[in-house]
Parts: sequence; structure tokens; C-alpha cells
Amino acid sequence: MAFRGSGQRTSRSDIIAKKMNSEERHIFSVLVENRFGVLARVAGLFSGRGFNIDSLNVAETHDRSISQITLVTHGDTQIIEQIYHHLNRLIDVIEVTDLSTDTHVERELVLIKIATDNPQKRTEILQVAEVFRGRVIDMKPASLVLEITGDEGKLKAAIDIFNTYGILELARTGKIAMLRGSES
Amino acid sequence: MELSGAQILVDSLKREGVEYIFGVNGGAAMPIFDALYGETEIKLIPMRHEQGASHAADGYARVTGDVGVALATSGPGATNLVTGIATAYMDSIPMVAITGQVFTHYIGSDAFQECDIIGVTRPVCKHSYLIKNSDEVADVVAEAFHIAKTGKPGPVVIDIAKDAQMHEALFQYPETVDIRSYKPQVHGDPAQIAKAAALIKEAKRPMLYAGGGVVLANASEELRQLTLKTQIPITVTLMGLGAFPETHPLAMEMPGMHGSCCANYAFTDADLVIAIGARFDDRVTGDLSKFAPNAKKVHIDIDASCIGKNVPVDVPIVGDAKSVLTELNKQVSTADIDPWRNQIQEWKQKYPFEYEQKSDKVMPQYVIEQIYEHFSDAIVVADVGQHQMWAAQYFKFTEPRQWLNSGGLGTMGFSLPAAIGAQLGCPDKTVVNINGDGSYIMTIQELVPAVTMKLPLKIFIINNMYLGMVRQWQELFHGKRYSAVDYHDNPDFALLAQAFGATGLRVEHTEDVVPALQKAKGITDGPVVIDFIVDEEENVFPMVPAGAGLGDVIRGLS
Ligand SMILES: Cc1ncc(C[n+]2csc(CCOP(=O)(O)OP(=O)(O)O)c2C)c(N)n1
Ligand SMILES: [Mg+2]
Repeated sequence: MAFRGSGQRTSRSDIIAKKMNSEERHIFSVLVENRFGVLARVAGLFSGRGFNIDSLNVAETHDRSISQITLVTHGDTQIIEQIYHHLNRLIDVIEVTDLSTDTHVERELVLIKIATDNPQKRTEILQVAEVFRGRVIDMKPASLVLEITGDEGKLKAAIDIFNTYGILELARTGKIAMLRGSES
Repeated sequence: MELSGAQILVDSLKREGVEYIFGVNGGAAMPIFDALYGETEIKLIPMRHEQGASHAADGYARVTGDVGVALATSGPGATNLVTGIATAYMDSIPMVAITGQVFTHYIGSDAFQECDIIGVTRPVCKHSYLIKNSDEVADVVAEAFHIAKTGKPGPVVIDIAKDAQMHEALFQYPETVDIRSYKPQVHGDPAQIAKAAALIKEAKRPMLYAGGGVVLANASEELRQLTLKTQIPITVTLMGLGAFPETHPLAMEMPGMHGSCCANYAFTDADLVIAIGARFDDRVTGDLSKFAPNAKKVHIDIDASCIGKNVPVDVPIVGDAKSVLTELNKQVSTADIDPWRNQIQEWKQKYPFEYEQKSDKVMPQYVIEQIYEHFSDAIVVADVGQHQMWAAQYFKFTEPRQWLNSGGLGTMGFSLPAAIGAQLGCPDKTVVNINGDGSYIMTIQELVPAVTMKLPLKIFIINNMYLGMVRQWQELFHGKRYSAVDYHDNPDFALLAQAFGATGLRVEHTEDVVPALQKAKGITDGPVVIDFIVDEEENVFPMVPAGAGLGDVIRGLS
């Protein structure tokens, strides 16, 4: 068992965090048949091998028979390669793209409910929201709900700041992404 | 014409050329069994346990290369199939397992004998289907068979609700199957194949390492051509035995934990390893950091996810072994490696598989040697344990599909039901079942259908009165603390065989081994069971202890 100098036991989350730093983050776009059970197969592939899913988004595409799964995970090169091949091996998977190997755009949407106990705090929050181009989508005397979209860095910054005002509730979509268009 | 879903299922199976279905009846599958009643084109084989049904279907598939079919009811019937499905999955055996399911309106309600068998089997099958409507049956069967037997083969589960079996629908069997998301790659990349050929030309100490994939791809002929054309020494894994004749001078025999010293030393010294349909299993490689440290690696496999999984590979080639070897064979010639060949011959001669004749005991290896003497052309189905390793070591396999064993999952109880499937698949061949006293009693009930069908199985029990392989590990690594391995309380297997209606013999002396085998040879109207009472504490050697490198193989205890 690993112990720190202080004599304190290294927590499991510390070990995981340390490991994550040495590993690469990858974002996969997976096109699958739009059928029941497909998500369980994809998720089972991760759980069965002890790989973690950091973010997951599933929705129909413009072709209703096909769903798109956007999945963020991390691991060393060998694990990422395994994940890629195992996804491809699933019978219901039509196409797998590792978007992180190319230039791509990434977005996520977050809904944040914040307490606005007094008008002054509300004004302040609205100013901050503007900085992040957030939109107010619900306002009540004691709280409001903001919608913010962006990449991981922007959302993290926004959440950190709103945290200082007291976030009541937070929901995020998970990341969606696509490759940038070609130059020509 | 409108037919019931169950009838559509049976007619679809006929369209797939199914000869046998191995099953056990029960509530949620009754319409299917009813549709099979009186059926002449497909023979229903009632087994005594669903595990037996799945292993029998598996054994049939292993000898014929066709898809084996098992059938069970919902709930406990379905869960009893799981071990057989997982066994087939680990060894990439084409199988379709059909399970009845409760009525669709009960699904998800914890109904009587309901079990989410799709959920249970998800990690141990290639694909699965839940059928809720009778009009899906024909298409699902066609897809399931296509998936089971193409690409890297494997078991496919079809779970069919009872109402879908009963309701009528139009029967139209699809002429072709096209699954947009499933297109296995057959042909290898020509540039990669050329690279492999170039490496073969340069190598001074090359070796071929062939596995079960060669058998599955029916590529033994191409493998033989490659070996003979290049004259490169070859080792064939436990799963591939027979793909190349072990009697040939270039054959180094099986590698790995209980493999030949020659094959293991060759890995350690080789400068090029060409893996064909083999997956660098931990039982083959030992400590990965010491595995073939000086060798470049070429890996030919149908499954891209297998390549580079355990060992970094220099030249990956994704494709069917038969197709890739055919191309590769066009580009190779005799390798100029005489010193290496001489080295291999020296190891082979110096370190053959050998054992010590201990006093008056029947030595298990001697029994296997004599089985080989008397049944060298037979199909051999082994169970799991020491007897399996001795069978692999001392029986010299010369043909693919001659050797059947649960190499991947290591399922005790596999062999007797698998032997039944094998005998039905190859009625003109002799089928020898080499079993252990522990393994045999796990599925002994399947002696009943073997007797009923008068199958002339030769069931040879290497009876050491122990879970011998586990006892060996306890002896070597647990200070002889023989926890839960003593099987001296087993019944008399010869008498028990007679109670089942089979011929039962007991052999306790070395001089009785040959006469008993000769007698067994003459019995053709039903199964014969010979209980060979062997040396109780004999161990399997050579042995690479778990976690050690192949070079650290223990050749024997003395
Ligand atoms: C279903 C199952 N349970 C447990 C094991 C672990 N195991 C591997 S070999 C073995 C002993 C097999 O005993 P026996 O059939 O008598 O063969 P022997 O080794 O004595 O030749 C056991 C228990 C297994 N492989 N499969
Ligand atoms: Mg035993």
C-alpha cells in the first residue's frame, strides 16, 4: 500500500487524478444503429475493462436510424487504441472517429441555477453571465437559471466563478464535437 | 404463408443447414420444442443440462466448422447456457444460442422464470438479439448465423419472447445478409504483407507461432506451405494443435506454461516472431517484459483489437489467416538460417517431454502415449487440468480440428458434452474423450444421451483422485496445503458407467492399460468408460511458473 510522507494514506481519487495527468484525453465520435441496447454495449465495453467515461452524450442524428455517441475518455496510447478497436468491433457500431487526432470543435451546454437572495447579488450575477455570454432562461425572486455554452475551459471558468455565489443546481449535456471543415 | 414464430424459427434454421439442435425443454421455449416435434430434417438432441447443450453445440462447431445450435428455456435454462456461451466466446467458436423468454408484456416485471439473458450474456457473446415480434424471426436468424460464422467467429444469443413464438407472421427468408455496421476485413494490407516478407528474408533466428485462428480460418494448408517453403521452425499453441503436424522435424510443439522447452527457448532467442491467429495469451508469453525480447513481431489476426493488446507489434496485419498467408506464401523462399535450425534441433533432442516411471503406479503420461498409439487418427476432446496438458504434450496431433479443448475459458466439464457434439458432427471418426476425475463429474449426466444414441465414444478418465492441476499449484506454491482438492470420495466411475448403461472398466495396473484400450477399440455400439487409476501426485512439467519469463522454465522437479 502506498503511503504519503505525512503518514496519511493516499486516497484512491488521488491515485486516479495522478494517473489521469499522465494520460491523454480523447474524444470519440461513435455512429451507431439507433436501437435499444446499443448504449449498454458501449458502456459495458468500458465498465468490463475498468476504463472510465468522463463525458457521454447520445442523440439521434439527422438520419433517424443512426444515433451519435460523443464520448470523452482518457488513457495511455495503448488503452486508447484498445478502446478504438473494441468500439469498432461492436456489431451495431457503424463508424468510430477519434476526433482528438485532428483539429475539431467541441461544445457543451450547462444549466446553472443560482440563488439571488438580494437584488444586488442578482445584478452582479447577470454581469458575470454576460462575460460568459450566458443567457437567462428562468428568473424567480430567489433564483435564476443560466444557460452557457462553450468548450471545457470556458465552462470550468464559469462554474468556478458562479460557485462563489452558491450554485443551487447544475446540469450539463456532456460534450459534443466534430472535425473542422477542410480548407479547400 | 403465415406461420407461427416458432415454426418460422425452425424453418429458418433449416435454411441455414442446421442438422442438430442440443437443448433442454421448458415453459418459455415450449412452442419451439413443439415445432421441432416429429421434425426429420433437424434432429433435436435432448441433453441432461443446458450447460451440456451449449458444450455439445460447441463441440459440433469445432469439428465441422459450421454453426452449432443450443436451445433452452428462459430464466434458469438460459443462465445454465452461459458457461457454454462464454466458453465458445473465448475460443471464437461459431454458435447460436436460442433462449425462450417470458411474454413481452411480462418482460421487466420479475415474472416467473424471467431473466435478462441479453444483459447477462452481453460481455460473453459476439452479439445478441431480443425478439418481441414473430415477423423479426427470419431476419434475426439470418443475421445471427452470418455474424456467428464470419470475421472472428463467436456465439450469438437469440432471446425470443413466448408470444413472438406463438403469433403468426409471413415467412420470408432473406436471400442475403447485409449489415452496414459489420464488414469484417478479409484481405490483409499488401504493403504490410510485403514488409513481413522482407523481415522474413533478413531474419537469422525467425520462428512461426500459430494459434487457433489458423484452424478457425481453415488455413492449415497455407500454414503448412509457409513452413515448408521457408523451412522456419514453428510452434503451435494449445488452441491450434494439429494446424501443423507435430510429427514434422520443424515442429517445436506447444509453447507456454506447460509447453516444450524448445519452443520457449526459441521465443527467448528469436529475432523474428511471426504470429498467425494467436493472441500472445499470458499462458503462452509468461512475464511480458522477458517475452521474445530480441524479436521483431509480425502479427496476423482477423481481430484488430487483438493486435498490440499484450505485446507491441512491428508489423500488424489485419485479415483472414487464409487470405493473408496465401499472399505471403507468394513472396517467401527458403530461409538461410542453418545455425538456428541446428540450435532448435539440439533443444528438441535435449529436452523432449519426458516423465519418470514411478514404481508400480500407472503413469498418466503413459496412458496418453498408449491412447496415441491406439487412436492416433481419432478426434481428441480433452477437459481441463493436468490430463489436458499431458494430452496436449504426449498425443501428436497432425490434423486441424483433431484436438478440441476449452483453452480460453478453461471450462471443467466441457469435454463429455463436446465429445457428443463432435461425434454427431463426424460420425465416421473415432472420438476419444480424455477427462479428469474432477472435470468428468461436472457434466457426467451427459452420459445419458450418449448411451441413448449409442455413440461409440471412448471416455478415458485420468483418475488421480484429485483436482490435480490445483493440487500441483498447492504443492509448489502453497506448501502442500491441499485445500478442497481431494476427490478420493468420488464414486467408482466404472460401476457408475454401467449404471448409466455404458461399458465401464477400471484399470489399476500398467500392464492392463493396453488390453483395456484394445477392448475399448472393439466396442462400437455405445460409449465405453475406462477409469485409469493413475499416480496421484504426478505433476505436469515443464512448467513456467506464473509471472516468470519463458527462459526460466522448470524442466522437472529433480
Ligand atoms: C468450472 C471450473 N472450476 C474450477 C476450475 C479450476 N481448475 C482448473 S484445473 C482444475 C482441476 C481439474 O481436476 P481434474 O478434472 O481431476 O483434472 P486433473 O488436473 O486432476 O487432471 C480445477 C479445479 C476450472 N478450470 N473450471
Ligand atoms: Mg484429477
